[in-house]
Amino acid sequence: MTGAKALVKSLEEEGVEIIFGIPGGVLLPVFDELHHSRIRKVLTRHEQGAAHAADGYARATGRVGVCMATSGPGATNLVTGIANAFMDSVPLVAITGQVATNLIGTDAFQEADTTGITMPIAKHNYLVKDPADIPDVVQEAFYIASTGRPGPVVIDVPVDVSRGELTYHRREHPALRGYKPTYKGHKKQIKLAAQAILRARNPVIYAGGGVITSNAAAELKRLAVDNGIFVTHTLMGKGAFPETHKLSLGMLGMHGTRCANYAMCETDLIIAVGARFDDRITGKLSEFAPKATVVHIDIDPAEIGKNVYAHIPIVGDAKQVLRDLNAAVKEIKAETEKPDRGEWNRLISEWKRKYPLAYDKSGGLKPQFVVEKIYEVTRGEAIICTEVGQNQMWAAQYYPMEKPRRFISSGGLGTMGFGFPAAIGAQLGKPDELVIDIAGDGSFQMTLQEMATAVLEGAPVKVAILNNGYLGMVRQWQQLFYGRTYSCSCLERERDCPDFVALAEAYGAKGLRVREPEEVEPALLEAMEADCPAVIDFRVEPEENVYPMVAPGAPLYDMIGDMLYPVEKIHPEKAEEPFL
Amino acid sequence: MKHTLSVLVENKPGVLARVAELFARRGFNIESLAVGTTEKPDISRMTIVVDVAEHSLEQVRKQLHKLVNVIEIVDLDPEASVAREMVMVKVRADTSNRSEIIEIADIFRGNIVDVSRESITVEVTGNASKLSAFEDLVKPYGIKELVRTGKVALPRGK
Repeated sequence: MTGAKALVKSLEEEGVEIIFGIPGGVLLPVFDELHHSRIRKVLTRHEQGAAHAADGYARATGRVGVCMATSGPGATNLVTGIANAFMDSVPLVAITGQVATNLIGTDAFQEADTTGITMPIAKHNYLVKDPADIPDVVQEAFYIASTGRPGPVVIDVPVDVSRGELTYHRREHPALRGYKPTYKGHKKQIKLAAQAILRARNPVIYAGGGVITSNAAAELKRLAVDNGIFVTHTLMGKGAFPETHKLSLGMLGMHGTRCANYAMCETDLIIAVGARFDDRITGKLSEFAPKATVVHIDIDPAEIGKNVYAHIPIVGDAKQVLRDLNAAVKEIKAETEKPDRGEWNRLISEWKRKYPLAYDKSGGLKPQFVVEKIYEVTRGEAIICTEVGQNQMWAAQYYPMEKPRRFISSGGLGTMGFGFPAAIGAQLGKPDELVIDIAGDGSFQMTLQEMATAVLEGAPVKVAILNNGYLGMVRQWQQLFYGRTYSCSCLERERDCPDFVALAEAYGAKGLRVREPEEVEPALLEAMEADCPAVIDFRVEPEENVYPMVAPGAPLYDMIGDMLYPVEKIHPEKAEEPFL
Repeated sequence: MKHTLSVLVENKPGVLARVAELFARRGFNIESLAVGTTEKPDISRMTIVVDVAEHSLEQVRKQLHKLVNVIEIVDLDPEASVAREMVMVKVRADTSNRSEIIEIADIFRGNIVDVSRESITVEVTGNASKLSAFEDLVKPYGIKELVRTGKVALPRGK
């Protein structure tokens, strides 16, 4: 058979049900074969949309997302999507066409060094030079993308390799001598962690995206509930632990709750699970969690000790490690003398009571109010995608998540324009769910061409634009740190450019505009009832800010106020000796 | 502090680029890097000398390990390993001083690999300090060109 046929057959054997992409010259043999395959082809309007849609599909379903693009500009357009998936550890296989092998290196038409370009932003990549390698390469790519710490893998296929002949043979298992992820945690380390958990006076679980990736939410909940440990989560960890649970402290970090951030300053034991102590989480690193002993559970050994020293490192899969940890805690619980956590519980409830997430409800239409309404109307059961910036933070703050894989957001790379195509991917992967993209007017304009994809592919996603007429987060930083010089952050909303309602209608989607608080709910209901995609242009307060906020480089206890409450700084005393 | 990493990698296209790119991206400095085949044709060995603090070394090792084509990494203990490097020096030489240079080369167990009317090229193998000492001694004659291979090393037998 031909290389192209072998490629498609290999994808079918991996159980691929949907591919997002755009054909082009050197990919024609592959698309010709795909035409006859049962795999669904989703033609996006830009390759970046294809990559993000595959990413959103992967996050919502837990399966490997697949995207395809031709050589040169097709491949370079995928780059942002690949980097995005890499930063957020999303399993993705990106297949790119390449010029014929005899032309590689000659600056041929639509030639770009795709493997070279994607090397630093992909988990691994391949340039296939022999058609006979295709079955094994595809198998390896899916294996690498979906195991260990997941990530994107790029397969670059020259056109003559697609056209070449081979006898299809595929190995039983991938043969990768240099790739052996550790799943099971070290027994001794787990026991140490169990002892630390039982002895800790002020423990906090810090849950990241890894909990969701490894489907460990149930195990995490058990650890928290059985031992009465409060849980804070990262943006990527939204849904790892039910946010309405009394043990939830909400999100931590730059726009986290005061309670979560204060808890990090005072805790004597951090149990980090599938999280990487990113700068948006730690604030000023030297003042981060000064009193804490750190248990760090991660499948990627390179994350342990990278930013924050781990007293008890545990390399392994979150689900397996947590299961073993729960067992270890249970085993020694009876014989361990447990400290009184009354004071800690009292302190946390006081912070929770004194510093809830809040905003000034006076004035016009508030973006936070819109998100609260979306939560109310959807009863917290929608899949929420977000763009990046203020919209993302308000979505994270005001749409509490109960379950994993329902909050889809570009965390690491912070890619504006991610949410909408990701929502299309999530919707196609979960056709029975309600998928909402909480967007900003700036972000949405970065990938709104995918409205055609949404309409034509029957993906009835709802886009809630929190339209403040600014690149909102940029404007907020300019207001706070650059003396209100709004350099190039104003989108001139008053000139209606574009008119989002007319734009939606031009694509055959539903367009709605909301200016008053009382119009929010009816508009949402109308959008939800429509069986086509819908855009709601919420004209929100232009200069509303996301609070609370830890200024970049500031320590977590130093939060810029939410204006309603007096800011009372807490000062962590000197670190105590870790109890090991 | 300088560390010598002995890295076994799959002999696949692009492996050197992956390793070099990783060092560049993570801001680790490579002091020297030597690559060659091993007793197994599908495996190559890279000897990489890096100058990093202990904490960064840990990151270098862990990040290297994440490369799919990297099989094994050993941080060679200078006490428990043997290391060699080779230098070729083209020294300005004529009939008047050629024999002096040959004498120096002999002391360093060097080999004369090329002789011309105006120069003589000496090959010396050894550890870095020996090579530097040799360089110092022939410098007064005038070094026309010089090349060093970078360090290669193996752990000692047990």
